This record gives sequence, C-alpha cells and structure tokens, in this order.
Amino acid sequence: MTRILVPSGALGLGFDRTALARGVAGRPDLIAIDGGSTDSGPSYLGRGASKYSRAATRAEWRELMMARAEAGVPLVIGTAGTCGADAAVDWLYDITAELADELGQRLRVTRLYSGQNPTEIAEALSQGRLAALPGAPAIDAETLHACTNIVALAGAEQIAAALATGADIIIAGRTTDTAIIAALPLMRGDNPGAAWHGAKVGECGALATTNPASGSIQIDFDKTGFTLAPMGMGACATPYTVSAHMLYENTDPFILFEPGGYLDVRGARYRALDQARVRVEGSLWVPGPYTVKLEGARIAGHQCVSLTLLRDRRYVANARAWAEDIAARVGATVQQRLGLGPAEATIEMRLIGIDATLGPIERRAETLPVEVGVLAVVTAPTEAAATEIAKMLNPLLLHHALSQDEPMPTFAFPFSPAEMPRGPLYEFCLHHVLALDDPMAAFRLLTDEVGHG
Amino acid sequence: MADLGSIAAKIRSKNAGPFWLTIDIFCGDSAAFSRISAGLDSARVAALYGADPATLRRFDIADLNVVKFSLPRPAIQGTRADRDMHGAAWACLLEELAIA
Repeated sequence: MTRILVPSGALGLGFDRTALARGVAGRPDLIAIDGGSTDSGPSYLGRGASKYSRAATRAEWRELMMARAEAGVPLVIGTAGTCGADAAVDWLYDITAELADELGQRLRVTRLYSGQNPTEIAEALSQGRLAALPGAPAIDAETLHACTNIVALAGAEQIAAALATGADIIIAGRTTDTAIIAALPLMRGDNPGAAWHGAKVGECGALATTNPASGSIQIDFDKTGFTLAPMGMGACATPYTVSAHMLYENTDPFILFEPGGYLDVRGARYRALDQARVRVEGSLWVPGPYTVKLEGARIAGHQCVSLTLLRDRRYVANARAWAEDIAARVGATVQQRLGLGPAEATIEMRLIGIDATLGPIERRAETLPVEVGVLAVVTAPTEAAATEIAKMLNPLLLHHALSQDEPMPTFAFPFSPAEMPRGPLYEFCLHHVLALDDPMAAFRLLTDEVGHG
Repeated sequence: MADLGSIAAKIRSKNAGPFWLTIDIFCGDSAAFSRISAGLDSARVAALYGADPATLRRFDIADLNVVKFSLPRPAIQGTRADRDMHGAAWACLLEELAIA
C-alpha cells in the first residue's frame, strides 16, 4: 500500500491547516502538490514566470516544508512556478534554499528540468519524431526557434528518477498533473490503472469532494484499486464527486493520455466505504509508445490597451458605430504615419456591456445597458508602435462626435495616462508529442544540499 | 420549450488545455438527463459556437446525469482573438438555449 497526501489543488491556492495536519498524522509515504498548469494562459510559459506572488508562494511552501519534516517523507511539486520552465524551477529552488536556512533544515533537493532546446526539437521535427495532437496549429522549424520557452511534460518515469536520487524535496518543471502522485505507487508495483486514476482524481486536491476549499486529501493505492479520503472536517468524497471529477478539464471523461500509455476508466467501479471515503477498482492502464507532450510559447506581438466609458444615452445606443468609426480613422492614420497596415497592427474595440465576452457569437441583444466600456486593444509588432497607436486613439476616444452638427462631446477616462502598455502578447504554438527512446532523454536532474540543521 | 439553464442543475465550461474547450451539463436527475439528452441536438450546439459539427465530441453519461461536449476552442487560449482566458463564459450560451 502506498499513501499519498495532496495538500491542495495547487501551491498558491491555500489549504486548511487542520486538514493538512490530519494528513501528516496519517503517516503518508509522500506529499505531492501541483504547482501550475496552462490554464492561466501563455504569458507565464512565455516569460518563464509564476502567476502567484513570491510572498504567498513562500508562505505556503514554508508550511509544506514543515509538514514534510514532520512526516519525514519526500515532498514533490510538479509544474513549479505555474509553467514549469527552467527559470520557474530555479525561482522555487531559491525560495526553498532560503526557507531551509530559516527553518534550520538540512535538505537534499533535486530539480527536474523539463525545458527543451528549440534546435533539438526542430531536429526531432525533421526526423519525424513529433506528432500533432487534434487541434494543433501547423508548425515548422521557425515556429520552434521563435519560442521563448518550450517544455516537455514529464511523466511518472522522470519523477521516479528524481525520487531515486534520495531527495527530500523534488522541484519538478513541467509534469503531467498526475505524474507526481502516480510515480511512487507505480514504483512500488501498485495497480497501474488505479495509480493513474487515483492521481487524476486527486490532482486537484479536495475538488473531487463536497468541500473543495478544504484542500487536503489522502489517497491509498494498492494492488487492486485506490481509496480516496478527504482530510478536511466535514468534507466528503462520494461515488458521484469522485467519478464526476474525470469530467473536469478533460475532453474525454473516460480516457486520459499520459507518457507511455493511457488510462481507461470505462470499467471503473465506485463504492462508498463510509460517509466520507470512496473506493475505486477496475480502472485500466493501457501501455503504448513512449511519448511526451510539448508546450511552447512565442511572442505574437505587443499590446497597449485603453478604456473609455460611455454614459451618455445616445452614445451608449450608438456605441458600435462610434467605436468602429474611431478604429477606421485611426487605422488609416497608422498606415500613413507608421507605415503599418491592418495585417501588422490591429485596433480592436471591445464593447463591455454589449458583447465583449463572446464577441461575434453573442446572441443576446437586449435593452440598452446603462453604460458601455470601450476597451481598445492595440496589437503591433513592437511595444513602441502599440503605444503610439493607442495614443493616436486618445483624442478621438475623448472627443469624437457621432455627427458634425453637435457640440464637441467628452467621455470618461478612468485613468491618466489613458494608455496601458501590456507588454508582449504570447501565444501557445505547440500541441504535439515527442517520441522518446529513453524517458530521461528530454529531461535533466540536478541534486543539491541546502540549508543546515 | 425552456432554457437549458432552467432545466439543468449546473452548466460549466472550462479549458481542456489551450486548444480545447469542454462543457459539462450537470442535469441533476435522470428525468432532466433524459429530457436534455433527447432534446439537445449536437448540430445546434456546434452552431452556437461556430464550430465544425465534425469536430464536436459528445458524451451522454447516464450514470452521472451529465451531457458533455468537447470542441476545439473557438479561439486558441490567449491569442489576440481570445476574449476568455479560462473558457468560463461559453457555458452561458448553452444556458440560454431553449429545448423542447
């Protein structure tokens, strides 16, 4: 039997301390926590930066390092620093070293790097070792070289290699959400279908229970299945909450691809052991070729935005025509003065209060809102050009009249300056898998001793 | 006819990675599941999102009283054309769709 404690769905989300303490008292074999995902967008991978504040991350990581010391077992974080790029791994490593000194802990820390060299990935592309997944954009060597970061998603094999270094703490770059939980049960010969299925249910912490905010859960893996137990007081796992979790963020609720195969839960049976715990058996692991998924982000332009508020009833009623007229006029000026055509620089006017969320597929057109926010989004090849164009929009956004025979109107700007440079616009450009002969071929381990004690 | 949102217990949309969107209709009970499963036409759902019907995946899961759709994201997450980083608001279109 292998017992894994998952303190919460991700480092930075917070957890219930009592639930964590209860989990530690249950004598887990390993503590595993996820550090990120692509869910907040491509900027984090593009920059190799964390979404969460350093202070918040440090405070939560400190508590987990104390829990680890008490439990005397490895602590593993996957997809460190939101994106799992090498720089984000080092960022968390620095925090770990600081905390080890502060807490008087002497620790063996292993970093698992998932960052990829674009030249090697381009070589793999030319050798036919890259395969596109459904919905993937077209790529070539140029796409790969334009990426500011490319990462490969490590699976259980790479986490197992990191555990084999005898580390107290493993700071892993990009991994699948499940690998950090599934690795140890797999190493110990527990049922592989159960290892991956339990990991999938557990990777979001208590999200698969009736009290998602309680964070901590405990998963016991064995030869035939797994048992999920929430650690929060009053949190319950039920056959419904556990089986329904396979729906979450999955295109297919029964099949989950991982490096080296896939999980099939169509035959899984869910049984309530008591009010709070659920037993699952019958999940199947189907081995296949060894591939790892790649993620990459590149700069697709630079943006500058501004916000204007229309409160005048006539302008609210004619917001679309007004905004589009401004965009067209400034578009022409941009062509003349900056030599940038509509393919190189775009001006988008999103009408908050009308259809800014759904755009062309919005179906509701109702009585007029009280006000409309005009979010002007400029995208251009450089930040300087984007800011120039946003400044060209400024006089019209402030005073542009719907007709020539009316006194000059003025609209509400909430900020000075009105223009807000957003920096680079990143985009995900890889949705591919890379075939590997050796799972470690695309990953690197680095082990250090930190702190004193 | 009634809006799906008034029949189902909960409808949520979410990214399934940067390139796919997934929408879960939690019907609440088996009567609502039967009504939604029978009354909701996949072609209408595809049209709602401007998606190619051939790319739309559908799962009618009686055990969970859930109808699930997955489709390539209308705009790839985080690109200039994307307005909803987490794919959170697309569920609203289904909530407001009337079925028999």
